[in-house]
Amino acid sequence: MIATHLPILQVVIPLMAAPLCLLLRRPRLCWALSLAVSVIALVIALLLLGRALSEGPISYALGNWSPPWGIEYRVDVVNAFMLIIIAAIGTIVQIFAPRSISHEILPSQHTLFYTLYLLFLSGLLGVTITGDTFNVYVFLEISALSTYALIALGRDRRALTAAFRYLVLGSIGATFILIGIGLMYMMTGTLNMADMAQRLQPMLDSRTALAALAFLGVGLTLKLALFPLHIWLPDAYTYAPTVVTVLMGVVTKVWIYVFLRFAFTIWGQEFVFTEMHLQDLLVPLSLIGMLAASTAAIFQRNVKRMLAYSSVAQIGYMMLGVSFVSQTGLSGTIVHLFNHALLQAALFMALGAMLLRVGSPLLDDLRGIGRQMPWTMAAFVLGGLGLIGVPLTVGFISKWYFILAALEKGWWLVASLILLTSLLAVIYIWRVVEVAYFQQPDPNTTPVKEAPLSMQLPIWVLIMSILFFGISTKWTAGLAERAAAWLFGGGP
Amino acid sequence: MSEFPGLLNYWLVIVMMMTGFYAMISRNNLIKKVIGLSIFQGAVYLFYITAGKVFAGTAPILEEGFSNYSNPLPHVLILTAIVVGIATVAVALALIMRIKDAYGTVEEDEIQHQDKIR
Amino acid sequence: MAVRGWAVNPSVSLLVAILLPLFAAPLIALLGRRPNLREAVTLTTGGLLFLNALALVGPLLDGQRPALVLAEILPGLSLVFELEPLGLLFALLASGLWIITSLYAIGYMRGHHERNQTRFYVFFALAISAVQGVALAGNLLTLFIFYELLTFTTYPLVTHHRTPEAQRRGRIYLGMLLGTSFFFLLLAIVLTWQLTGTLDFRSGGILTGKADGLLLGVLLALYAFGIGKAALMPFHRWLPAAMVAPTPVSALLHAVAVVKAGVFAILKVVVYVFGLDLLNETDINTWLIYVAGGTMIIASLVALTQDNLKARLAYSTIGQLSYIVMGAALANGWGVLGGGLHIVAHALAKITLFFCAGAIMVTLHKTEVSQMRGIGRQMPLTMGAFFIASVSIIGLPPTGGAWSKWFLILGGLETGHYVAVGILVLSSLLSIGYLIPIVINAFFFPAQDNGGLKEAPTLSVIALTLTALGCLVLFLYPGPLLTLLRLMGVF
Repeated sequence: MIATHLPILQVVIPLMAAPLCLLLRRPRLCWALSLAVSVIALVIALLLLGRALSEGPISYALGNWSPPWGIEYRVDVVNAFMLIIIAAIGTIVQIFAPRSISHEILPSQHTLFYTLYLLFLSGLLGVTITGDTFNVYVFLEISALSTYALIALGRDRRALTAAFRYLVLGSIGATFILIGIGLMYMMTGTLNMADMAQRLQPMLDSRTALAALAFLGVGLTLKLALFPLHIWLPDAYTYAPTVVTVLMGVVTKVWIYVFLRFAFTIWGQEFVFTEMHLQDLLVPLSLIGMLAASTAAIFQRNVKRMLAYSSVAQIGYMMLGVSFVSQTGLSGTIVHLFNHALLQAALFMALGAMLLRVGSPLLDDLRGIGRQMPWTMAAFVLGGLGLIGVPLTVGFISKWYFILAALEKGWWLVASLILLTSLLAVIYIWRVVEVAYFQQPDPNTTPVKEAPLSMQLPIWVLIMSILFFGISTKWTAGLAERAAAWLFGGGP
Repeated sequence: MSEFPGLLNYWLVIVMMMTGFYAMISRNNLIKKVIGLSIFQGAVYLFYITAGKVFAGTAPILEEGFSNYSNPLPHVLILTAIVVGIATVAVALALIMRIKDAYGTVEEDEIQHQDKIR
Repeated sequence: MAVRGWAVNPSVSLLVAILLPLFAAPLIALLGRRPNLREAVTLTTGGLLFLNALALVGPLLDGQRPALVLAEILPGLSLVFELEPLGLLFALLASGLWIITSLYAIGYMRGHHERNQTRFYVFFALAISAVQGVALAGNLLTLFIFYELLTFTTYPLVTHHRTPEAQRRGRIYLGMLLGTSFFFLLLAIVLTWQLTGTLDFRSGGILTGKADGLLLGVLLALYAFGIGKAALMPFHRWLPAAMVAPTPVSALLHAVAVVKAGVFAILKVVVYVFGLDLLNETDINTWLIYVAGGTMIIASLVALTQDNLKARLAYSTIGQLSYIVMGAALANGWGVLGGGLHIVAHALAKITLFFCAGAIMVTLHKTEVSQMRGIGRQMPLTMGAFFIASVSIIGLPPTGGAWSKWFLILGGLETGHYVAVGILVLSSLLSIGYLIPIVINAFFFPAQDNGGLKEAPTLSVIALTLTALGCLVLFLYPGPLLTLLRLMGVF
C-alpha cells in the first residue's frame, strides 16, 4: 500500500515536517526530526531506485488525476540517482550540523535552520521527482526561498548582501524559467513533460520554440551557475554557514539535472545542441569557466572562497560533459554529479571543522593546522586529491570519462584543457597543504584541539565513500551509464 | 483580426518586463531593486493570463449559450506564481531590513564601500 | 628449487606483496614510541616481502602467469595484478633492497638524529607498497594508479625536513611528476583504451593495426615523456630536486624504486603495449634513441660540474636511466635484455654510491666533492665500496654493469644504430670523468682534518658492503637474471 505512494511521500514527508519542526521549537528535537526525515528520504530514494531499475520508470498520478491532466511524478534511473544524492548529502549534513551550527549560527536561529533545511530538502526532491514542468517551478521557488534565508543565517554581515544578490539573480533565473515554461505551454497546451516532448517535436521550427529555449537556457544556466552566470555563487558559498554551503553544492547539481531533463527528454538533444548550436556555445563557456574559475581559486586567501571557485570550475566540467552530446560525456556528467557531491561535501565539512576550532577560513590562520588537527587535515588532503582526480578516488573516474569523451570526438585541445585544469587544482589544493604542514602556527594564538567525533564521523564517512566509489564503480559509473543511455534513448 | 491588436498585450508585457529588469540592474537602492523585481514578475503574470485568453471566449463556467471559453489553467498557475512572488518580495524586504541594521544603509555602493574598508 | 615447495597460492602472493607493507605502515605508526620494535617491524616486513616475491619465482618458471582481479574500477577496466618476469624482477629488487636500506636507514637516521623518524618509516612502507603495485600491475590502468600513488607517498619523504627549501623542491618534485603523468601519460592511456578497447599487457603488443604511424609516434612520445619518473630530458628536473630528502630516501627511492618504476613502465609499454615488431615496422622509435642518447650525454656533462656529491649522483642517475630507455627504444631482444639487466645492475651500484654519500655525510659531515680529499684513509670500507660501485656504473668488469652495457651495445650493433653505440661508449668515458676522481682524491691524498679511522655507523657499513658485493656477484652469476628475463619471450 505504502509502496505505491513512495514518490509522493518522498516530497511530502519533509514538507510536513517543516512546520512541525517550527512547532517543536527545541533545537535538539528539531535536529532529531530533520535527521529522521533525511534518513527516511534516503531510504525512500533507494527503494525508488530499486523499483526503477527492476520495473522501469515509475509513474505516480498525484491525487489520482491521471496525466497529462493531473500532475505526474515520474521516477526513472536518472532522477532516482539524483534523489539519492540529495537525500544522502542531506543525511550526512544533518549528522554534522549540530556542532557546526553551534558556532556558525546564532542559538536563537537553530530551530529556524532545521525548518528551512526541511523546506529546502522537500523543494529539491520535488524538483527532481516531478514530471510536470510547472511543478518544477513551484519546487524551485520553495528550495530557492529557503536557500536565501539559509544563507542569511551566516553571522558575517556580508552573508546578508550575498543572500540578497543571490535572491535578485535567482529570481531573474526563476522567472526566465517560468517564461520558458509558459511559452512551451502556449505551444503544446500541456505541462506534462512526456506529453510535451511528443507535442513539441512538430513545432520546433517556430519562433516561439526558439524564444522558449532561449529563456529556459539562460534561466537554467543562471541557476546552475555556469560561467559567466556564476557571479552570485562565490559570495553566497563563502559567507553562508558551512552546512548551508554543503547543501548549496547540491542545488547546482539539481539544476544540472533539470537542464538534462529539459534538453534531452523534452526538447531532444538533436534540436538543442545541433540545430540550435548550443554545443558551440556551451563548450567554450564550460572550458572558460573551468580555466578561469580554477585560476581564480589559486589566488584566493580565503579557503572557503577558494573551494567555491573550485565548485564553479567543476560545474564547467559537468556542463562540458553534457555538451559533448555523447553517451560517454553524459555518463561522465552524471557520475560526476555524484562524485563531486561527495568531494565538495567532504572538503567543505573538513574546512567547517577547522572553522569550529580556529574560527577563520583564511589561509594565514590555518598555518600549522596539519599538526594540530591531523585527522581533519588528512581528510582535507584526501578530498583534495579527489578533486585533483588522483586514481583510486572518485575524481579520477569522472576525469577518465571526460577525457575519453573528448578523445572520442577527436577534440585534443579540449582533452588537454581538462588535464590542465586538474593541474591547476593541484596548485590550489597544495597551497593549503603547504600552509598546513610546512608553516608554524602563530605563536600568539592558543593551540587548537582536534575536531569532535560528531564532525569527524560524517567527514570520514564521506572520505571512505570517495575512496570506495573510486575503486568500485558498479553503482556509480555503472548506473550513470544506464542513466545516460536512458536519456539518449529519449525515454520520458 | 489584424496582427497588431492581437499581440498588443505581448508588446506591453515585454515593455513592462524590460522596465522591471532595467530597474533591477541599474538602481542602486535595494528597495528599488525589489520594486523592479515585482514589476518584472508582474509582467510574467500578465503574459500567462494573456496566453490563456481565447478571443471572444467567456469565463469558463458551463452555461447555456456559451461554447467558447477562455483557458482557466494559466490563471490557476499564475495564482501560484503570485503567491511565490509575494513570498520572494517578503524575503527580500526582510533581508533589506537586516542589511539596514547591519550597515545603516540600503544603498548598494555604500554597502560595498563599507565591506571594502573592513 | 626449494622455494617451489611452498604451497602458497601464487595469486594470493600477488596480493600479499601489496598488502604486507600497506598493513605494516599503521603498525609502524603505532609503535612510534618504541623505536627498536618499530624498526623490527620494518625489517620483518621487508624480509617477508622478499620471501613472498621469491616464492613467485617457482610458478613463473613453471610457466604460470597467475592473475588477480581485485575490483572493476571502470566498466571493462579492472584493478589487476599479474605475475610477469620483468615485474617480478623489479619486485624482488625493490623488496630485497628495502631490507638493506632499512638496515642502513636505522644507522643513518639515528646517527644523524633525524626528527619524525616514525613518519619516515611509515611513508617508506607505503611507498614500497606502491612500488610492488607498479611491479605486479596487470594492466596499464593499474600501473598508472600505483605510479601516481608512488608520487604521493614519496612526497612526504622528499619534504621530510619541512624547511622552506624542502617545500620549494617538493613543489618541483610534485609539479613535474604530476604534470607529466597527468598531462601526457593519462592522455596516452585513455587514447590507447579508445583505440584498442583494452589496456592489458600482452606479448606482441595491443596496438598492432589499431592506428597509423603518425598517431603511434605521438602515442610513443606521450608515453616516453609522460612517464616522468624515467627522467628523460627535458623532464628530469625533479630528480635533483628530490635530493633534499634524507639519504636513505635518495638511495632506495631515487636511485632504485621510483626511477626504476619509470623505466620499468617504459619497458613494459614498449614490449607489451606497442610490441617490438610494431616499432620496427613503423620505425617510430628512432627519435627516442636520440633523445635518450642526448639525455645520457648532457646529464653526464652536468654531473661533471656538480660539486655536491648527491647532486652529482642524481645527474648520473638521469644519464643511467636513459641506458634503459635506450634499451627499450632499440626495440630488439638484446636492447630489452640489456635494459632489464641494467635495472638491477644500476640499482645495486647507485644505491651503494648513495649509501656511501650518506655515510660520509653522517660521519664526516661532508657533502661537497671538493671536501673529500683523503677520506679514503678515514673510511676505507665506505670508499672501497664506492670504487666498486663506480666501476659498475662505468660498466667495466668485474661488475654487473659490464653485462648490461655489453647487451645494450650488442643491441645497437644488431639494429645498425651505430650512433647509439658511440653514445654508450662516450657516456662510459664521461662517467669515468665524474666518478673516478672522487676515488683517487679519497685514497691518494692525505686526510684534510687528520682524523684517524672513523667509519660510519656499523649497520650502514654492513648495508653498503652488501650492495657493493652485489655488484660483483652480478658479474659472476648473471645467469638467474637472464633466465628470468628470457621468460619475457622477446629473445
